[in-house]
Formats: sequence, C-alpha cells, structure tokens
Amino acid sequence: MSDGVVIVGGGQAGFQTAFSLRAEGYEGPVTLIGEEPHVPYQRPPLSKAFVLGKQNQANILLRPESYYLDRNIRFLPGERVAAIETPEHRARLDSGAAIPYDSLVLAAGARNRVLPIAGAQLDGVCYLRTLTEAIELKQRIEQAQQIVVVGGGFIGLEIAASARTLGKEVAVIEALPRLMARVVAPVVSSFFNRSHQSRGVEVLLGAKVREIRGDHGKASEVILDDDSIRRADLVVVGIGIVPNTELAQLAGLPSGNGIGVDEFLQAGDPRIYAIGDCAEYPNPFAGSRVRLESVQNAVDQAVCVAKAIAGKGGPYRAAPWFWSDQYEIRLQLAGLPAGHDFTAVRGQPEDGKFSVFYFRDGRLCAVDSVNRPADHMAARKLIGNGEAITPEQAADESVNLKSLYRIA
Amino acid sequence: MFVPKITYISFQEEVFEIDVPVGESVMEGAVRNGIDGIVAECGGSCLCATCHVYVDEKFLPLLPAVDEEQDAMLDSTACERLPNSRLSCQIKVRPELDGLIVRMPEYQK
Repeated sequence: MSDGVVIVGGGQAGFQTAFSLRAEGYEGPVTLIGEEPHVPYQRPPLSKAFVLGKQNQANILLRPESYYLDRNIRFLPGERVAAIETPEHRARLDSGAAIPYDSLVLAAGARNRVLPIAGAQLDGVCYLRTLTEAIELKQRIEQAQQIVVVGGGFIGLEIAASARTLGKEVAVIEALPRLMARVVAPVVSSFFNRSHQSRGVEVLLGAKVREIRGDHGKASEVILDDDSIRRADLVVVGIGIVPNTELAQLAGLPSGNGIGVDEFLQAGDPRIYAIGDCAEYPNPFAGSRVRLESVQNAVDQAVCVAKAIAGKGGPYRAAPWFWSDQYEIRLQLAGLPAGHDFTAVRGQPEDGKFSVFYFRDGRLCAVDSVNRPADHMAARKLIGNGEAITPEQAADESVNLKSLYRIA
Repeated sequence: MFVPKITYISFQEEVFEIDVPVGESVMEGAVRNGIDGIVAECGGSCLCATCHVYVDEKFLPLLPAVDEEQDAMLDSTACERLPNSRLSCQIKVRPELDGLIVRMPEYQK
C-alpha cells in the first residue's frame, strides 16, 4: 500500500496541495499538518476586511472542516514537524509520532521578521501574519488612539489604511526613501504616499526606528534616528518575513533564501517538494531564482506539485501576480520588474487610474496597475504568453491591449 | 429570519439547493458548503475569475450591472464568457434573489 503524501504547513499552499491531489485523481493517503490551531484560512483579508470587522473567522475559512473529511484529507492542526527522516521517508512530529510518506511537500511558509531594537519586546508591539495575531491586532486597534506602523510595504500600508479608516491617528515609518520600494515603480510609490497623506496618515520616509519606549511595560513612544518622537499606544511592525527553511536544512536539503528547488519544485530529493513562501525556484520571467510571497504563487505551485505526484508533472511556469487593497484603491502587479531598463506609463496618476509597464531588453516584463483592472488582466496574458508590445503601444490609450494577445 | 435558497447546478448536472443568508455572496454560499465547481482562489476579491457562473436568464435583471473590474475578470474566465456570465463573488444575496439558479462551468482554471 502507498504511504501517501505528507504536506507540512496548513497555509494556502498546503491546503491547495491537499485538494488538488484529490482533484487530480490521487487516491492515496493525504496528511496535512498545520502548526496553527485553525482550519486553513485566507491570510489576505486579515489586514483589511478582518481588522475592519467586515469579515470574521468563519467566513475567511478556505473550506469548511467537513470538506476535509468528505475528501479523505487527514488534517492535523496544532502539530509541528520536528524532522524529516529522508532515508526512512517519514516525517517526525514533535509528539514523537512518525508519519511515513511516498512524497513530502514542504509548504512551511514563513514567519515575521522581528524588529531588532530596544523595546521591541514591550506589550503593544504587534505583528501580523496569523489569524491568532489578527484577532489580537483587531482588538488592539479598536482600543488604540495613536498607532505607529513600522514598515511601508504591503502589510504595513494595508494596516495603516484600515486603522485610518477606523478613525485612528496613524504614522507610517519607512526606512527606504519611498513606499513599497522593492515592488513598485517610483510613480506608484508617490501616488500611494499622497493617498495616505491626504487621508491624514503621517508618512515618514528614509526614517528608522531606534527604540520603542514603554510606560509600565507597555509601548508608549517610538524614537526615530533623528531623535524625534512619535507617541504610540500601539506599534505594528511589518518589515517582511523570514522563510521557514529549518526543516529542509536539518534534512540536508538545499536552502538559502528559501528552500532551493528546481523547475519541477523538487528540493534536491525526488520525494520532496517545496512550494509557496518558503521555496526559492528558478523563475523563467525573472531569468533568475526567486522566492515569491503571494496567493498566486502558493496556489499555482501547489497545483503543479499535485499534478506531478498524480503522474502529470511538468515544469512550473505560471506568470506571477500580486495585489494590495488600501482604502478603495486597488494595486495589482503582474510579472517581475527585476532588471528592467525602460518604463512607460498608461493613464494619468492624477486621475487615480494608471499603469506602469516595465520593459527589459525590449520585452514587457512587468506591469503595476492602480485602479486599472483591465490593464492588469491584459498584462497577465501579455507577460504569460510572451506577447510583443512596444512602450509606445503601452502608453497609447487608443491601443486596445486585448487586441495584442491570443485568446487562451 | 428569511433565508433565500440558491440553486447551484454543476457541469455534470448535479443540483445543490443551498440556504444562503442575505448579505453573503453566491460564491461564499458554495464555498461554505463545500460545493466543487466554484474555486474562489482569491477569496472573493474579484481577482481570479475562478468563481465564474452562468446565471439563469430570468434573474439577470435583478443583478447589478457588471462593473469595470468584473468585466476585466470575465474576459479571463477559463470557460467561455457568455452574456449571462458573472463572478459569483460579486453577487450578494438579497431577498429578491430567493430561487436564483446558477450553473457552474466545466472548469475554472
């Protein structure tokens, strides 16, 4: 009898692997092991609809608990895998139990990068990745008046937008000279800077937090590098994540900035795959190895691995896309801009609707869209299919982008 | 309290009649009840076009107009877009929609 598939990690990637295996006709045992106590849920709403109270714990579940039973998925919540015993093909749990596998999928995710400064341990310094953290953060935002957000990336800015929408005083502190600097074009950074400031959020760029001071053990003020002080009864830190590579390292599998996998998402062992936030893979669109943190990447890699295990394998080639919602503004990214040498803008930032098209060696490699969903969908197709488009066509709103790609 | 009934019909003609409370989306009603055929990869944010349904013609006048965002997504459905194509995450259930019938496409991706 087959030992089946063990999936380490109950986030979006792990969840998707389990159910895609069934959808692909895989009939062996499937065990999904999650460290969190919850049935797998969606993370994207946590910083938005969840803290705003528009969605609750029940309606962010990816699927109801009964669905796991119906499809014969053995789900083990609140369990940690201590080691992968590769010679014996089994996963060893903290509890001591061993689960044998034919294939093992590391969908181990990541953890929050911790702010390495004095006072970061104080009560009232929060992070956001898990539902448990979101439940606490929601409560703390409700009770807070002055909130300092450390980090002007997606998570920090989404939390800032939610907190401001709830009427709180909010300051965002970003170490780099512009917002979301790693992922969007300067014109997009400026647009979001204005959008936050016009709604009353204080945005400090090129600013570093030196220390958090407390009052009776509770965070009360944030000291910046230039000695200026921001009062805060809540500090939310969103400065990135660290991939969970330790299990792979311990098992002697390749790992650096993520668990190193090949184009089939195999981690240096024909029985072991790594997917989602924890995996670093060769990306044909970037022309280099990348580690992506997104729902799209988690889902599409899970489907790719489920197919491989079900005997229908192939290389992973999905075009990346991302999104962030801040206030009523929707930011959508397609492709990867690394190494671009030219950009063209379609539409006007002043109208609140525009896209930035990035070119590398004359080929479209990425598009940032602000409130232009049609541009974004066209970009996914153009980039995914490797279609030709010139910067002039991209900037010319009379050119219908849909006419430039083959339908399906 | 009155809870509207929504009928989901799979490509294989299986029929599921589900109580979907007012305010919930047609997509959420399907996901919460574990109906295959609606994937909803993005969780209802109008971003992935994997909750595509064909709405029974007689209910079309009761639905809000397709906005720019949904229109862009409907251009990217895995199965053919028809005039009665909608994303089920964008159909919020109201009392008038009691009895709504939606058909699910053969595949969503």
